[in-house]
Amino acid sequence: MEFRISNFIIFIHMEHAHAATEVTIHHEPSDSTSRIWKVFWILLIITIVELSLGLSIYFLDLPEGLRMHLLKGLIIILSLAKAYYIVSVFMHLGDEIRNMIMTVVVPLMLFIWFILAFIYDGDSYKNLRNKYDRYYKEKGIQQNQLKRETKPIKFGGKD
Amino acid sequence: MATTAVSQHQTKWWSGGKSPFNVEYGKLMMWYFLMSDSFTFGAFLISYGSIRFSQNYWPNPGKVFSTFPGAGETNLPLAFVSLMTFILIMSSVTMVLAVHEGHHNNRKGVVKWMAWTIFGGLCFLTCQAWEWTHLITGGHIVLTDKNTLDVIGQTMRGNAWGPQVEPAMITQALQHTPVDALAKVVHAHDHSFSMQQLSSMSRDQLVGMIDVSKLDVTEKGPIAFGGYFFGITGFHGFHVFSGVVINTIMLIMAQTGVFDRKGHYLMIEKAGLYWHFVDLVWVFVFLCFYLI
Repeated sequence: MEFRISNFIIFIHMEHAHAATEVTIHHEPSDSTSRIWKVFWILLIITIVELSLGLSIYFLDLPEGLRMHLLKGLIIILSLAKAYYIVSVFMHLGDEIRNMIMTVVVPLMLFIWFILAFIYDGDSYKNLRNKYDRYYKEKGIQQNQLKRETKPIKFGGKD
Repeated sequence: MATTAVSQHQTKWWSGGKSPFNVEYGKLMMWYFLMSDSFTFGAFLISYGSIRFSQNYWPNPGKVFSTFPGAGETNLPLAFVSLMTFILIMSSVTMVLAVHEGHHNNRKGVVKWMAWTIFGGLCFLTCQAWEWTHLITGGHIVLTDKNTLDVIGQTMRGNAWGPQVEPAMITQALQHTPVDALAKVVHAHDHSFSMQQLSSMSRDQLVGMIDVSKLDVTEKGPIAFGGYFFGITGFHGFHVFSGVVINTIMLIMAQTGVFDRKGHYLMIEKAGLYWHFVDLVWVFVFLCFYLI
């Protein structure tokens, strides 16, 4: 059933088992799809920028260092922006009430600790092996030198 | 009934009788399911990141993903995965348009956009099937631990994307390589002879056909790459597949007027949440495997 009160619509869902009513109030849905298409263009442009950064990592063949980390950091930030637009507009989470948003978003904050802890763990394992496992260290140095010497094949060239 | 609804609207959110989060039960639970699913994907991706940080060498994605259907061996880094990403973004847009039509109880619009969404999902799955097949069956010449040459594909047990091998090392390795492996090397290098013709040739003939300076030989790369790549993109692909199945059921229900009889298209919204989540996960799979 549906009742219109000023600019709200009230939906009443009849639960067949208990005959209890669940009342939710929705904002009047917008008539235009311009917001959807705007977000589509934003997502497309971000993806193209990400791709060009990813390709520049491949073609510039930068050594591991500050510039490489900045480039990768920028790609990560752009991906988070994409995630924000998908969740907020396409999934309409931005239109929900604040308490509901928090029950979904706050638990996801655990990821900050997860990512930091496990990346640090992996890095520390590498350092330990490089320090105590001579074979592993020599192989690693050799591989990194070889990696520096190989130039990437140009776009469209034969592999 | 109308008066009840209005008086309830004026009371506080938590005083009972209405949804305190102002969302329908099924939709709220879909959000919590997606939150838990994001932890599953997150755990996989973080585990991948952890292993990657523990290695001194990791394959360059621009080199691993550089082929395009029909383009042969032309080097097109990340081109095919860009197409896959575009397909998934497009299908996300058609899904949100279906939800939009659902808000207006427009059955025709819902059916049209749901059909496009399903089509996009199927296109994505087809692309992934090609990508996997190409990686698994693609022959890459590698230097084995026994200092011989071999031809392998990208599988769970082998990775062909190690560092480049010097021509001097290749010449040396050719001496130890068994004849059947030599035939495979020639075949991967030059497609003008069939495997049958090559297998009947002698060792000297085969070695004579190999131009060491033009041969692209790599060391074997980290084996973990295959397991993580196929595991995570496979888990994502399974989500796409189940999304396509759910969307197909929604399409049939919309077409047969089930939602019209219910008076609302909330089921489309819930299916839409799942579909957008699949797109959302791809943002991070794309980031972790292809971009950085």
